[in-house]
Amino acid sequence: MEEIIKTSDIVKLYVMGNEELYALKGVSMTIHKNEYVAIMGPSGSGKSTFMNIIGCLDTPTSGLYELNGQNVSDMDDNELAAVRNKEIGFVFQTFNLLPRSNALHNVELPLIYSGMPKKIRLELAEEALNKVGLQDRMMHKPNELSGGQRQRVAIARALVNKPSIILADEPTGNLDSKTGDEIMELFDNLQTQGNTIILVTHEDFIAEHAHRIIRLRDGLIESDQITQKGLKYQSIKTITA
Amino acid sequence: MNLFTEIRESIIISLNSIRANKARSFLATLGIVIGIMTVTTLQTAIEGINRAFEKSIAAVGADVLYIQKFEWFGKDDWEVYRNRRDIKWQEYEYVERNMNNAESICPTVSTSALVTYQDFTSENVPVFGTTEEYQRTLGMDVADGRFFTKRESDGGWAVCVIGYDIKESFFQGIDPLGKVIQVNGHNFKIIGMYKKMGSMLGLFSLDNRIIIPINKFFKIFGTRRSLTINVKALSVDALEDTKEEVKAVMKRARHIPVGGKEDFGINQQEAFKQTYESLTGLIKTIGTAITLLSLIVGSIGIANIMFVSVKERTKEIGIRKAIGAKRSTILLQFLIEAVTICVVGGLIGLIIAFPISLVINAVLLPTAMPLWVVIIALVISAFAGIIAGFFPALSASKLDPVDALRYE
Repeated sequence: MEEIIKTSDIVKLYVMGNEELYALKGVSMTIHKNEYVAIMGPSGSGKSTFMNIIGCLDTPTSGLYELNGQNVSDMDDNELAAVRNKEIGFVFQTFNLLPRSNALHNVELPLIYSGMPKKIRLELAEEALNKVGLQDRMMHKPNELSGGQRQRVAIARALVNKPSIILADEPTGNLDSKTGDEIMELFDNLQTQGNTIILVTHEDFIAEHAHRIIRLRDGLIESDQITQKGLKYQSIKTITA
Repeated sequence: MNLFTEIRESIIISLNSIRANKARSFLATLGIVIGIMTVTTLQTAIEGINRAFEKSIAAVGADVLYIQKFEWFGKDDWEVYRNRRDIKWQEYEYVERNMNNAESICPTVSTSALVTYQDFTSENVPVFGTTEEYQRTLGMDVADGRFFTKRESDGGWAVCVIGYDIKESFFQGIDPLGKVIQVNGHNFKIIGMYKKMGSMLGLFSLDNRIIIPINKFFKIFGTRRSLTINVKALSVDALEDTKEEVKAVMKRARHIPVGGKEDFGINQQEAFKQTYESLTGLIKTIGTAITLLSLIVGSIGIANIMFVSVKERTKEIGIRKAIGAKRSTILLQFLIEAVTICVVGGLIGLIIAFPISLVINAVLLPTAMPLWVVIIALVISAFAGIIAGFFPALSASKLDPVDALRYE
């Protein structure tokens, strides 16, 4: 299987005044195409830092990070922006939609930044909103949508550029459990359609949707396991193959 | 992402943000509004004054020298002028005889008199005495009838040419040609009329005058008044040569040695222009200072509000960066927002200035807001926006996406 993410010995050091804080102390791992991975860990484990690096929002102090074959560990701001635009679809806990823009425009935004012509942009944005079941809410602004609907808009925005990975940070943290289940079901579907999904969470029942769980503690990988669901998925795949 | 989409997107974003903060944006742009209002109103007014000036200055021919007792805009102390001699008929004759570089020369002398026609009277009507060379020298053509001839002039005949206002006030609906009017009780036959010429800088009317042969003038009013000798040069380019010759000839007429200082004034349109230009120059300087000041204050206001806007929208900047906005994109977005606010302010300034220019046009002087002033005003506004928006936009573009996303 094709390697999408490959980190080797990632270190992240924060210097605050005289104090040095190692958020990551050497993290090495590989994620393949169409994997469904949950990254877990208590607060202070380096989970967020790792997610920021994986998401190309931040760069490691040392170590190597290859995303889809390109070394992104020492790219500058503008190159990283281009990589984020093309390769990564973010889904945040607080949705992070632009409050003054309607759903369609929010979804269209990554395509604007990649310089796509308007006609194609609108087609793709509508298609993405269809996929998350919001075809009749396109002209609504975030404050006219429910929490679940907002997160669906955010997922549509993450999908629209057909990124290499979808990176979801506590995607159900601000939702009630029923809506949360629906959103997780959506992620499950997206994975079966061929997307690579990385969930960052501290909730076990969310992580159980994934096929593989990587646990971080004190800036290091504590464990890296295949879940029940992952085993089942693999066996089904082997049988169908 | 291509620049056109980027700019278009930024304009939409900034219009949305202005719409969301109407009162704040308006207050922020007030300095720009006032600046643009001042600069356009002032330019419009100056444009009007210029046009009025050009129109009236045309009456003072560009190629004519006026030899008079005093300079129009004397700069020396009064002492220098106090003992000056009047300009005499003999001096005119001497100049007339001895000038080579002149197209034509005529003397003028004036006073004001009581004018009567049947039951109508008018006091203090300016009366000018001159010769038949008047027309050619000062280039004022008679619209109806004719000017008087050399024979009529030399003989001091009782004929006159009248200005437009005289015709209007004495002869409503009647043809004045051939009618007889009284000037200080003396009969004059009207042989010609001028068309409407307007006033000189709004100060004195060129239409309210009666022109009679100079020899008749001397008979009625005496010969004790100082003359003006009007000398038309061969061309505008030859004016300076003519001026030198006039100076020399007049000095000889008055027996002033070659190195001596002349005790008469040689006036020309140029003197008016210089005085006028120094006056409008002053108005312009003051206006520019006011404009500049309000634009600086305005820009500071815009810069301030842009910093607030960047701070408020830190999260938005984080989101945009996360989904792929480059530094330059964010920079451009906030720069365009500042420019948009300023240009909107400039437009408001123009919208306020336009009716003011109409009022000036109706009440003070004929004027119109020229297109180039409108364009310059908008360019200045945009420029102020770029200056004011640059540092806030730069600070926005430099935000770290991780910190910006975490900002609440």
